[in-house]
Parts: sequence; C-alpha cells; structure tokens
Amino acid sequence: MAELTKEQELSQVAPQDPKTQTPSETRDPESPDSTTGTPTVIVDDLHIVYKVYGSAGDAEKGNAANALMRLLRRQGRPQMKEVHAVKGVSFVAHHGDAIGIIGRNGSGKSTLLRAIAGLLPPHKGAVYTNGQPSLLGVNAALMKELTGERNIILGCYAMGMTPAEVREKYDEIVDFSGIGEFVQFPMSTYSSGMGARLRFAISSAKTHDVLLIDEALATGDREFKRKSQDRIKQMRQSAGTVFLVAHNLDVIEETCNRVIWLHKGKIRMQGDPQEVLEAYNKA
Amino acid sequence: MSQPESAVAEAQGGGRAPESLAALAERHGLRRAIARPSMPAYLRQLWDRRHFILTYATSRNVSKYSESMLGQLWQVLTPLLNAAVYWLMFGVILGQSKSIVNYPAFLITGVMVFTFTQRTVISGAKSISSNLSLIRALHFPRASLPLAYTMQELQQLGYSMGVLLLLVLVTGEPITWLWLLVPVTLAMQTVFNIGIGLFMARVGAFMRDMNQLLPFITRTWLYASGVFYAIDDKTRELPDFLRWALEFNPAAAYIEFMRDLLIYQRFPERWAWVTCVFWAVFAVIVGFWYFWRAEERYGRG
Repeated sequence: MAELTKEQELSQVAPQDPKTQTPSETRDPESPDSTTGTPTVIVDDLHIVYKVYGSAGDAEKGNAANALMRLLRRQGRPQMKEVHAVKGVSFVAHHGDAIGIIGRNGSGKSTLLRAIAGLLPPHKGAVYTNGQPSLLGVNAALMKELTGERNIILGCYAMGMTPAEVREKYDEIVDFSGIGEFVQFPMSTYSSGMGARLRFAISSAKTHDVLLIDEALATGDREFKRKSQDRIKQMRQSAGTVFLVAHNLDVIEETCNRVIWLHKGKIRMQGDPQEVLEAYNKA
Repeated sequence: MSQPESAVAEAQGGGRAPESLAALAERHGLRRAIARPSMPAYLRQLWDRRHFILTYATSRNVSKYSESMLGQLWQVLTPLLNAAVYWLMFGVILGQSKSIVNYPAFLITGVMVFTFTQRTVISGAKSISSNLSLIRALHFPRASLPLAYTMQELQQLGYSMGVLLLLVLVTGEPITWLWLLVPVTLAMQTVFNIGIGLFMARVGAFMRDMNQLLPFITRTWLYASGVFYAIDDKTRELPDFLRWALEFNPAAAYIEFMRDLLIYQRFPERWAWVTCVFWAVFAVIVGFWYFWRAEERYGRG
C-alpha cells in the first residue's frame, strides 16, 4: 500500500519540472486553464500590526509597586507590544490554486492566513475576497471531554451547517476520519493522530470557496495523509482555492501548485514549488 | 520571476494596460472581508446559528461535570449546598428567621433566583475573553457566545428550579394556580439575563481587569437585593429614594415576584409586573445594541 501511494505521488509531482514552467507564473499541470480563471483572493500591499499582552520587560515583571507607579504616571501597559507581523504582501490567487506558504517560525504565515480569513484587520492595504474564506480551525470549538460523536455535531454547527446537513455528513465524517468505534469515546482518550484526523474530517466536510489550512496535515499516518491530500485536490477541482501553511515541506510539494516564501513578514520568493523549496532549503 | 513584483505583473498580465490590484478586485467583484452587518442582518445571522448556540450550551454543561465522579448530579447538588450554607449562616446563626414566615423557603427562593442572574453576569463577562481562539478561527455572529452562556445557565436553572419547588413543598407551602406563572417570571428574567450577559461580554472583552472586580460587584449586589432579608422590613429608616432604588433593583424585583408566587400565594402587584417587564426589555435592547457596536473588534488585539 505504501509503495503504491508513493508511486501515485511521484506521478503527480513529476510533470512539475521547473524547466517546463512558464516564467510568468506557475500553472497547475493537471488543469492548465485553471489559473486563467477569475481571481478569488487578492492581497494588496497588506500590513498587519497586532498588540501582544503579557510579555513584560525584564525590569518590571509582576511587581505590584511597579504596576501602581505605572498607573500613577498614566503610562499604558508596558506588557503591550506592537508586532508588525506582515509587511507589505501582495499576490493574486485564482480558482483552482493550491498555494503553499512556507517560512521560519514567526515569519507571519499564520497571521497572513488569519488576515485572508478576515479575522485580523489590515493595518494598511487590503484583502479582497469572493465569498467567505474559512480557516480550517474548527478545533477551537471542540471540547476534549466530549465524545467524538458530540464533537462532530458541535463542530458542524460551529461551521454554520444546518441540522439536515449535519445528519447528511455525519457518516461521511466518521468514515473519512477512520476512528471507528472510538467515536463513542471522549476525545481526550484519542491519540494525537486520531484527534487530528477527526478535526480534519470535520472541517473539510463543509464545502468552502476558499479554504485556509494551518498545519493540519502534520499529524496522521501515511494513509491518512494521502486521503487528506486527495480531498484537498478535490476541493481545488471544485473551483476552490486552498492555502496551506506547513512546516512539512513534502506536504507542500505534493499538494501545492504554487509556493509563497515569507521571510520576516515579506515575500522572499514565490512561484513554482520545486524552485522555491530548493532555494528555501539552501537558505 | 520569483519576486514579490510577480504578483503585480500577474495581475497586469497578458499585455493589458497596468491595473492596480484594487481595480482588479473591483472588476471581478471581490470585496473587503471585514464589515459589521446591519442590526436586522445580524439578528438573522444569529437566528441561523441557533443550533450552534444550543449545542454549544449543552456541550459545555455536559463537559463541565464530566471529570467529577458524581457527574451531572452536581447540577442538583450545587444549588442544594448553596441553599444549605446560606440557611446555616442567616437562618440558624444570625437568627434572621424570627421575623420572616417560612424563612427557609424565603431564603432558598432568593438564592436560586439571584444565582441565575449572578452566574450569567460572571460567565457572560468571560464569554468573549475566554473564547478568543474560537473567535479567531471561525466566522459567526459573536453574540452567539454570550447567548450560549446564558442558555447554559438557563439549562442549569432547570435543575435548580426542580430543587426549589420541591423544597418549597417540603416547607409546607401548597401548590396553587400561581405556579403557572413561574415560567412567565423565568422568561422575563432570562430575557433580562440575555441583555446583561451581552453587555458584560463586551465589557469583559475589552476591560481585562473586570474578571477580578466582578466577584465584589456581584456580592454587593447580592447583599443589596434582599436575598437574606425583606427589603421593606429593613429599610424603614432609609430615605425614600434609596428604598425606591433598592426595590427597583432588577434582582430584587425578580426575587420578590417569585416569592409572591411560591410563598405568599398572591398575584404580584402591578408595580412588580412593570418593574420586571421594564428591566427585561431595557436590558435586552441596550445589551444587544452595545454588544453589536463592537462586533468587528472582538478577538482582535
């Protein structure tokens, strides 16, 4: 089974030879016309600045007297720091694109995804979208003390599904996650892989125009990785756009038709996966 | 090619005249993501989320006691123990009971009714600030969270009310037709709680120190609401406007209304009806409006 999977993956990667790429942009080899379709997400000179609480300086850590002095001097909270996480990013994503976003820790990848999802306001610039991009982040709504069963229902409602849709999708979610009779047990008893599978199964049960995935495929076994990659391909074919943040570069290479390399909040490089990943690995 | 400018180049692609990204977005009908919906649209969105609100409330109640051995039994035990503690303090030790007929029932009614509002205020204040990860991950009308927390308290109240009615019977009060009005007063109080929960949710979201302060505020409110004593009894020497303020206090109004029904067996006076309805309508309108005004700012640092 494992070998077969590997072969499939190879055959999908093979056509993406850097020499065959046009210099202007990267096209999906399976559907060359897809990127000539309409844009779905336009990011125009985006800057994101956010405030962080609780990172006190060395001088005054948790000292009541200092806190009082601060109040008397009418200073703001010193623990509040501004972080300029994304500094002037621009790009256009089209129907059928699967865009990988790579970069070191703290390079602004997750912040960029949140901004595209409309969950963080731009400091400057804008994000234009068609419909509502959704972050694959249903895990925040789930409760580990509850059974998988209850969590599936809760997660589906949290994504805005109707009871009829939940009933329709329920079996499919259980099947796809492959957790079997564990669906009757609390999620706290799951292994990390099982939990990740269930979360991915729930959040991908809804059809999204634009799907943003943050490190969801890092866990799970080989079999599940293949299944989830297949599902991402399906979403792309149903005229969706997928953004994928991952540290696991194999996943990006196998799934995406375009890669954006973020470095300290700016785009260092973007384009064909192999080319960008090669440069990224050298850096 | 693999430079940031390539995005712009791509946008202008195919030899077309240079076009800004904003213009490209407009040509394809793309919109900016962040905007606050109008009030009617917002209420409609909330209605569409009713299943989420109820499921979230139930799920929180189920998970709350899942770690303890007695499990869901605590939903009944907590109000019982609460009443027992107050009865010991104010009924036995401080000897309040002499001047008030059927003091245990008087006290338990007060405690149960007040606790409903008190818990809604405290949990409402946390409903946004303790769900930031959820707010930052999914799109939904944010008022769903304070509403779900209020619904959770309402579900718990179901158990408390069972205990309360049983205890009132045990202390020797009869069942009367007035009991049919119990759901009415609970509905008024729930509407009031929804309003105050929404209000507190916004306050708690932006004033992080509120959670430290709230226990003191609610305790002051508890002592001012005539849970342990009869307001008109204890306030004879106070100036008129203060007496009036104490009786106009929403918590006191809902408590007195419930005591009328369960203990004094009398139809509440018109004054009581006016106060209870006024507070429910006032709180829910102000609460919704105040919460909605900051809708697009929740969860953003």
